[in-house]
Amino acid sequence: MSQHKLTQLQELESESIHIMREVVAEFRNPVMLYSVGKDSSVMLHLARKAFHPGPLPFSLLHVDTGYKFKEMYEFRDWYVKEVGAKLIVHRNEDAIAKGMNPQEFGVARCCGALKTGALLEALEIGGYDAAFGGARRDEERSRAKERVFSMRDSFGQWDPKNQRPELWSLYNGRIHDGESVRVFPISNWTEMDVWQYIREESIPIVPLYYAKERLMVERGNHLIPAEEGQFLLEGEEPKMVMSRYRTLGCMPCTGAVRSSATTIEGIIEEASIATRSERETRIIDHGSNSMEDKKKEGYF
Amino acid sequence: MPSSNQASDQEIELLRLVTVGSVDDGKSTLIGRLLYDTKGAFEDQLQAVRKDDGADDGADSIDLAQLTDGLAAEREQGITIDVAYRYFSTPKRKFIMADCPGHEQYTRNMVTGASTANAAVILIDARKGVLQQTRRHTHIIGLLGLPHLIVAINKMDLIDYDEATFTRIKEELSEFCARQHIHDLICIPISALAGDMVVDRGDNMPWYSGQTVLEALEGVEVSGHIDECDFRFPVQYVCRPQTKELPDFRGFMGRIASGTVKAGDEIMQLPAGKKSKVKEIVTFDGDLDEAFAPQSVTLTLEDEIDISRGDIIVHADKAPQIAKEIDAIVCWMGEEPLTPRKKYLIKHATNTVKAMVSEIQYRTDINALTQDENAEELTVNEIGKISLKLMSPLTFDHYADNRATGNFIIIDSFTNNTVGAAMIC
Repeated sequence: MSQHKLTQLQELESESIHIMREVVAEFRNPVMLYSVGKDSSVMLHLARKAFHPGPLPFSLLHVDTGYKFKEMYEFRDWYVKEVGAKLIVHRNEDAIAKGMNPQEFGVARCCGALKTGALLEALEIGGYDAAFGGARRDEERSRAKERVFSMRDSFGQWDPKNQRPELWSLYNGRIHDGESVRVFPISNWTEMDVWQYIREESIPIVPLYYAKERLMVERGNHLIPAEEGQFLLEGEEPKMVMSRYRTLGCMPCTGAVRSSATTIEGIIEEASIATRSERETRIIDHGSNSMEDKKKEGYF
Repeated sequence: MPSSNQASDQEIELLRLVTVGSVDDGKSTLIGRLLYDTKGAFEDQLQAVRKDDGADDGADSIDLAQLTDGLAAEREQGITIDVAYRYFSTPKRKFIMADCPGHEQYTRNMVTGASTANAAVILIDARKGVLQQTRRHTHIIGLLGLPHLIVAINKMDLIDYDEATFTRIKEELSEFCARQHIHDLICIPISALAGDMVVDRGDNMPWYSGQTVLEALEGVEVSGHIDECDFRFPVQYVCRPQTKELPDFRGFMGRIASGTVKAGDEIMQLPAGKKSKVKEIVTFDGDLDEAFAPQSVTLTLEDEIDISRGDIIVHADKAPQIAKEIDAIVCWMGEEPLTPRKKYLIKHATNTVKAMVSEIQYRTDINALTQDENAEELTVNEIGKISLKLMSPLTFDHYADNRATGNFIIIDSFTNNTVGAAMIC
């Protein structure tokens, strides 16, 4: 009888490390997308493990819309310094200067400019041929068919019908000039895996994930943060609600959930009985096909 | 650890499985049922596929098949084109399920899904019994060396849950599987639609005392015994930080493909054959005395020998094969056919080499399972045996001996596409 068994989290960790090392070995200029959320925290932790005792062999890239929560900026600057990573922040200054926002221009246009547009711009400026992202296949149904190495043409676009088969643990990273790959090392992780790994490894996360009394308005089924600068509809009355965020995005488009989970154990407990998916609080996903369309345009 | 009625993560294992069948067999319904009954799908995801009759009476009101078709193109056509990955778990295990289309024109997708799996679930329509497509699916599972096959004989509700029909199908399959070198076969009568014998037993088949589909999935051995094979360590990346703290550190990073390694072991680097000893097994969480597949680690050696990406580190007394000419079973995936004298790249472990097809030995008729020795090409979705000449020697094992170091992919060096999956024989 063999005593050589990995737990499922250890096996996922090993797979992710293998993927990261393949990319660094085979690509000229990789970068890691860093969105400050829990999946990014896990990715950064895995990268440190993958290249220990050496330094991180790539920079982190934060595509900032200017609409992130204050706590996210604070956490980002502290954590990046803490682990000694190099951070590049890129914003679509043009669109920000013109006052791009989801209320007036609509969510699709706002995301298109501040996220997808800024991302493609940043990748081009940096000349990156591979970009790590923290997307997971369990998040959304168009992501269930995403490859670990997702080929993008010179416009950063995804063609779901023209993706390479991935067999065993062999990743084909050969690309033509101008093309690039998006690499998803935590493809096979679920939301629960991420939370359990954060607990096992004591990985720091933005405090917004923990429940506390926060100023909110109720809009339809959503709890929308009523923070400074937030756009409120007529008749909306902010009130204090014990709540937390399951995922973090831009303040105007990220809803919170009622919760009393003030610890990682509490979050795991909630995740294990959750009946609704975490992306439900992300307004960008709603509407038919929206993730599939956004991916085709160059989004993660 | 927090108090929880779930098993702690320490005990949860990972099983990778592949499910194969066509829409007509009720495969999507089976998967939808597994996801629904193990709560692997969320309420808002279910709502998106709920039938419009207003009633919410559990799985019955949900088009279970719709849960699994991810792309708009697929929903329009009502078919599954690509491999989709699904996740669900029970208190005992986490499952990663590669959901593959069953039609012949998607053989390449089935091979892709099966390549990472340790167990397969094949669907059969009880009214139709063992069809050509069942034999095709079973043959591919055998080729890819999956240790466990679960056959779900579905739509038992449509044949009045008849035991005799189930037994007849089971016997026919057992005989066929033995010829395909599949020895662990579990046949289960189910109704995915009614939910019988998938997660719950239901009341309709008191004559069946075997496992449900979920029990079978929780029962099969997960590891594939990869740690019991000889030690193989394909070098991915050489770590030389050259920092003030680590001016001379030189570590070889990789994931152990098979076997185990201990500090102090005598090792050999291939293909050159230089020998040394393992000095340390380095990880972020501290050095290890012993490591095993599929752990990702960093090895340091006692001696300064030249090792780079693409090399394989092995135990000095358990060497694999080294050759410039190899034979392999290939599943062709390219739009352009494979023909003799064509040149390709092959990627094996962490090594990429140029190769030329010297001969097509045969093409398998995937339905009749006969071999055509006069085949002049392999077109997309075809399977055959070929011989290759390589520009530089390859360090490998036969697939039958070691799944991890016996496989490679074929890359078209002009388009850069992955055009073939191969198993060395």
